[in-house]
Amino acid sequence: MLRFLVRRLALLVPVLLGLSVLLFAWLRALPGDPARTLLGERATPAAVERITAAYGFDQPLPVQYVTYLGRLLQGDLGTSSRTGEPVLESFLLRFPATIELAVAALLIAVLLGIPLGYAAARRHGGPLDSLLVGGSLLGTVIPVFFLAYLLKLVFAVQLGWLPTAGRQDPRIDATHVTNFYVLDGLLTREWDASWDAVVHLVLPALALGTIPLAIIVRITRASVLEVTGQDYVRTAEAKGLARSLVRRRHVLRNAMLPVLTTVGLQTGLLLSGAVLTETVFAINGIGGYLFDSISTLDYPVLQGFILFIALVYALVNLLVDVSYGLVDPRVRVS
Amino acid sequence: MSGVHLPPAGGPPGAPEADPPPGTPAELALEPQAEDERGTSLWRGAWRRLRRDPAAIVGAVIVGAFVLVAVLAPLIAPYAPAGAQWAGQVTPSSVPGPSDDHLLGLDSFGSDLLTQLVYGARQSLVIGVVSTVIGLGAGTVLGLLAGAFGGWVDVAVMRVVDIMLSIPSLLLAVSIAAVVGPSATALMIAIGAAQVPIFARLLRGSMLGQRGSDYVLAASSLGLRRRRVVMSHMLPNSLSPVIVQGTLTLATAIIEVAALSYLGLGDPNPTVAEWGRMLVRAQDRLATDPHLAILPGVCIAVTALGFTLFGEALRESLDPTFRR
Amino acid sequence: MPDRRPPSAVPSARPGGGAVPAPEGEALLEVRDLGVEFVRRGAEPVRAVDGVSLSVRPGEVRGLVGESGSGKSVTSLAVMGLLPRRSSRVTGSVRLAGTELLGMAPKRLAALRGDQMAMVFQDPMSSLNPVVPIGTQVTEVLRTHTDVDRAAARDEAEDLLRRVGIPDPRRRLRDYPHQLSGGMRQRALIAIALACKPRLLIADEPTTALDVTIQAQVLELLRQLVGETGTAMLLITHDLGVVAGLCDDVTVMYSGRVVEEASRRELFGRPAHRYTEGLLASVPRMDAPRGEPLRPIPGTPRDLLPWSRACAFAPRCAHADRACADPDLALRELQGLPAGHLARCAHPALPESAAPVTAGVGA
Repeated sequence: MLRFLVRRLALLVPVLLGLSVLLFAWLRALPGDPARTLLGERATPAAVERITAAYGFDQPLPVQYVTYLGRLLQGDLGTSSRTGEPVLESFLLRFPATIELAVAALLIAVLLGIPLGYAAARRHGGPLDSLLVGGSLLGTVIPVFFLAYLLKLVFAVQLGWLPTAGRQDPRIDATHVTNFYVLDGLLTREWDASWDAVVHLVLPALALGTIPLAIIVRITRASVLEVTGQDYVRTAEAKGLARSLVRRRHVLRNAMLPVLTTVGLQTGLLLSGAVLTETVFAINGIGGYLFDSISTLDYPVLQGFILFIALVYALVNLLVDVSYGLVDPRVRVS
Repeated sequence: MSGVHLPPAGGPPGAPEADPPPGTPAELALEPQAEDERGTSLWRGAWRRLRRDPAAIVGAVIVGAFVLVAVLAPLIAPYAPAGAQWAGQVTPSSVPGPSDDHLLGLDSFGSDLLTQLVYGARQSLVIGVVSTVIGLGAGTVLGLLAGAFGGWVDVAVMRVVDIMLSIPSLLLAVSIAAVVGPSATALMIAIGAAQVPIFARLLRGSMLGQRGSDYVLAASSLGLRRRRVVMSHMLPNSLSPVIVQGTLTLATAIIEVAALSYLGLGDPNPTVAEWGRMLVRAQDRLATDPHLAILPGVCIAVTALGFTLFGEALRESLDPTFRR
Repeated sequence: MPDRRPPSAVPSARPGGGAVPAPEGEALLEVRDLGVEFVRRGAEPVRAVDGVSLSVRPGEVRGLVGESGSGKSVTSLAVMGLLPRRSSRVTGSVRLAGTELLGMAPKRLAALRGDQMAMVFQDPMSSLNPVVPIGTQVTEVLRTHTDVDRAAARDEAEDLLRRVGIPDPRRRLRDYPHQLSGGMRQRALIAIALACKPRLLIADEPTTALDVTIQAQVLELLRQLVGETGTAMLLITHDLGVVAGLCDDVTVMYSGRVVEEASRRELFGRPAHRYTEGLLASVPRMDAPRGEPLRPIPGTPRDLLPWSRACAFAPRCAHADRACADPDLALRELQGLPAGHLARCAHPALPESAAPVTAGVGA
């Protein structure tokens, strides 16, 4: 297992290196002086000169790249040209909000998606199946932010059931330890604060979770149908096992393999969807931060965000592969 | 009835019942059951299955209507697009609703809403098709290289694809649009580039699968040159999944345009007739005039649904073992 | 094979076919007029099995022979009650030790499966669950049907694996199917099938997916295990060599119907149906003169007629004529053949001076 982990981590290195080359090239491909791009339009000539010297923009390209890579390895993602804050710090501050949202969305997608997909497969060809297939198809064709707006309009503005924006009611005097608001409330035993954070999460998580939910329903359904037709399920039935045991041990355990892979692939989707959802619900996460940076073309933030996401994406998929190995013995050996 | 004669076996002929009777077997006039799948090509079989699939028909009708509206936009739309000709009638708190002059009312900039929607179809079709062609073309070439040559070419190409895959497509699009500047062209390149890894992987997988197959071995052992084997044997056999993915990509592209417009990466002209942009602009008026957002939103969803339905029906019809 | 009924002088026709009825209580498995139809929405029902009757006595090995698509596997799945409920319709009667299985409540049927009757499947790779250890796949059947605790089931599973010839069984219990060779996997499947000492064992092409050398070992194992316990066995195969080596009696199927039924010796010595005759003739013979051409049956199993119009084999048969276009062609006894040898043929190959052929043909 350790060797597997090390090998998988080693495979990450060329990908991240390649990405850094691309990002480096990207900065050079942007129109205008790279130092000015980094600093923004209002930079003083003195500042431009300082950055040019610091990043070695007057040096040959290979030297520039090495300098750039060295900074990245030290965790220096530069400073935002819009706010002047260090990019990494801004990320770490806002990341918990995004993680909280993404995890909530993924929970909705997985906890609803797998049972629904399974139910659809059990009633293959029936009305429930058609309903779920149709519904999941609809779920994939609605633009995320449009759905977010609709949900907000109906459940927050018109019906007033749920809050329209933010992560927590500002009137609640909540202590923040980890910046995961739900967790903070639990840790400090401020139950109302925790509950309020959950209530604030419902709509954004629903909006963000719809596409992954639709995809997981479809994959689960297809996978269960596929596995149900396998010879080993027939063998299990020929043994006279109880139906629940056949389903649990022989159908579900095999059917979960493709679902697991799919969940891993949703990470990228969730993080880019968060950009849209956080903006609609005024959540101060990295998504909302990125949105502001896109409109001002805040290059250091964009660049840092892409690197950050790539790393998260790779790590999550590594996690998926590891858990895959736990379920499927065939992967463990190779 | 067969013309081949099975030599009598077992006991020697002699028993009267066992003798071949005088009447020719053909006089039985009984045809073997027709085997209707024999001799039909993959595409002909697919077409036959498509015609019977209600999902395919619904998808095809939606796609057909969409293309028709897009192509005939100047004939259908009552006014010129993106004119904001009636901007004076729009106030910050209200937008004129449906009237005799404007079937669906005005949009938030004072253009005719119906006209904007009709021309929006045209814009979506252009962006969708161009970006799909970009993604399909580049991805196919990469996948072809990787799959046909294997070895280090494969490793190099797949590393590039891995890197592209590790960036969520939306961010890839954002970075490209940042370089090219906000415009419709940027959108097309951005969306197309984001699709490259999918096509590359698809084609590579298909090619690799075929490299080991018997007919490719047979063709190679006959001394056909590699280029010939790849172009005339392997590529055609890989095409159907690529075509299916292309149809599905059109759906993705139409949705992605909206998302990128929302992020401010589309055509900078605010009055442009583009569904995503219209949807974004209408958000401030969601509480007072929800139809301004809902109509373009529905257009996006229905069109994407049409392409998805058709694409998936196509996939199923090409691969009957694939279960929906 | 002892005669079970007095020989009749006149060929007795039985429409719909029917095996020789065994005296009450003697046959363990009694299949009567079994029909299976597959139904699909928007398509004509497909009749896969049509009026099949057969019986297996305790300790008897009955071969069920036919090409792929002849309905032999569907017959076995119908006996086990393993056909998909929604897409298939089963008619007729299947009795196990006198108890009717068709229409039995699923729970009661499941209690019989794996316990009273068990099945060995064709492909040992796909028939074992890839993500569950072999041990669990053996113990789960024990724990379902008997009252053993976890540890006892484990010991018994180890013993079973040893009995079917798997070396180092204790370690193998923890292994996954992909860690075993094809032959070992088939042995594991046999161990699973025999775990609860079933009275009926159905083996569906148990050796087809295996290497030739392994085939012989597995067949020998089956013969030995069945011989020890007096289990009744229905052996489904298209391999005449397997039939010659293992079976007491043989039922030949073509296109969903039984076309011939006889003891092994009778069938190899005096095949009556033209299909059986062709089948035997197409086996290459070691004692044939050099250069003698092989004699295949012309056409393919897809060149067939519906039984409702004629003999399904007629399109491939050299002896076909108008008489074959008889929808009521019956499985019957024939003049000159001993009782119990039945065939469904208008122009059977009748043995006036049939030279006895040894049973080892093609083995």
